[in-house]
Amino acid sequence: MIQAIAFYLFATLMIFSGAVTILARNPVHSVLWLILAFFNAAGLMVLAGAEFIAMLLVIVYVGAVAVLFLFVVMMLDIDFSELRAGFIRNAPLGVVLAVVLFVELFVGILVRSAGGLDISQAPGAGAVPDGLSNTAAIGALLYTHYLFEFEAAGMILLVAMIGAIVLTHRQRSDTRGQNVSHQVARRPEDATVNVKPEIGKGVTL
Amino acid sequence: MTPILMRLGLPFAGAWALATVIEILAIALPVMLGVAMVIYVDRKIWASMALRRGPNVVGPFGILQSFADALKVFLQETIIPAAANKTLFLIAPIITFTVALLAWAVMPFAQGATLANINVGLLYILAISSLGVYGVVIAGWSSNSKYPFFSAMRASAQMISYEVSIGFILICVVLWAGSFNLGAIVEAQRGFGFGVINGFVCGPLLFPVWVMFLISSLAETQRAPFDLTEAESELVAGYQTEYSSMAFAMFWLGEYANVLLMCALNATLFWGGYLPPFNWAPLYLVPGVVWLIIKILGFFFLFSWIKATVPRYRYDQLMRLGWKIFLPLSLLFVVLISGYLMLIGHFA
Repeated sequence: MIQAIAFYLFATLMIFSGAVTILARNPVHSVLWLILAFFNAAGLMVLAGAEFIAMLLVIVYVGAVAVLFLFVVMMLDIDFSELRAGFIRNAPLGVVLAVVLFVELFVGILVRSAGGLDISQAPGAGAVPDGLSNTAAIGALLYTHYLFEFEAAGMILLVAMIGAIVLTHRQRSDTRGQNVSHQVARRPEDATVNVKPEIGKGVTL
Repeated sequence: MTPILMRLGLPFAGAWALATVIEILAIALPVMLGVAMVIYVDRKIWASMALRRGPNVVGPFGILQSFADALKVFLQETIIPAAANKTLFLIAPIITFTVALLAWAVMPFAQGATLANINVGLLYILAISSLGVYGVVIAGWSSNSKYPFFSAMRASAQMISYEVSIGFILICVVLWAGSFNLGAIVEAQRGFGFGVINGFVCGPLLFPVWVMFLISSLAETQRAPFDLTEAESELVAGYQTEYSSMAFAMFWLGEYANVLLMCALNATLFWGGYLPPFNWAPLYLVPGVVWLIIKILGFFFLFSWIKATVPRYRYDQLMRLGWKIFLPLSLLFVVLISGYLMLIGHFA
């Protein structure tokens, strides 16, 4: 009973905030609604007993990805009339996309009601170990049976990250960077001299 | 709590709901009272290190100063700038305040005394602390004013940077404890040092990790020397510039509740949490929550001490420390610690 109430609460809020994400006029509001949608998705995950995934969803998407989104969107200089001017031009593309998404959803639900695919359990070594909390179960599978896939995914991400850094890095010759170890190693004796000039005489440095 | 209420004749659902509400109040009210007292303590410590008297008028030794301030702020007018985004402007302090209280749900106050004894407790804390930045960012943006906006930019960059290394540091702790549950992490520290000292901090591999965690938690809570988001010489008052009255007070309370939380995390993850410092039977006669509070206050004193004595970092120095020093170092310690644990057959 209470599970059903919680499920419908999270699901309704998620669909609602997802809808408002694309309907909101202000991009910053859109991102904030998107965050609410992520949050409700995490709530649904908790209800499904996948607390590890739920927490990762919040940490990764809400804590990092959405902050970066917000960061970029907040700094945009938004001209609302210009945003709306592109509407007619992009409308056909949008309609095509919407139709494709809708048909896919429809087909998916149709297949599901006809019995669905049986992908619930992998046999043999790929099977989920019994009696473990889901953090331990994911770890036990990811680092044994699916180790190659896991490490390959890691390598791809690393390459993508290095690629992004290389592409956006630019060497500037007109700036003078600081060498912190030089600054720390600098002593008063290197920079100052103590002199006792005679009265009326200047000091040459 | 639930069984007691059920014995009084309540059905399970009702008893559970009532028990949870009571337990939430039993945590949240002392935390808020603690925040009020700790603000006074902070000001007193800061004053005495600057050879001043600090608050000494309201109540004996000025102990009621925070309550007087609260009353004053409560009676002030809430001013909302005309150009501000009103809804978000009012939501921002609520987010900061709520998030600061949420994380206490998984904190173990004594053996088995946790509101939500979930097995992803540490991940929950990471998730909640990553939400903290939204209060600041939304406040900065919705104020529609340049200094709060700069401050919001700084805050989001700073908190994301230090969360990365905090993540790695927590992995070190989790590796050693073998669990994400905070209660299990505390229990893993029982007799950690030669069966005598309770606390991960006495391990030669974990001590440097704790030092990094301490510094990162200063950065994460935007305390001095990393208080760049409200650097008064550059940004007026940072993201709080446009705030007044209760909205401002909520930022203030939320900030100190966060500081207390970070102190509690330092205590729980590295200094044995609710365990006494030494694994010696008579010390266990003192209730665990007392040890925890002593440790939290000890860390709070350390935080105040640092605030009173250390000059503020420059922004580029802050970023350099986070990305170029802490990130590689914490990554190195993850490798070292997991290697050492493999070597001694910790996981077998």
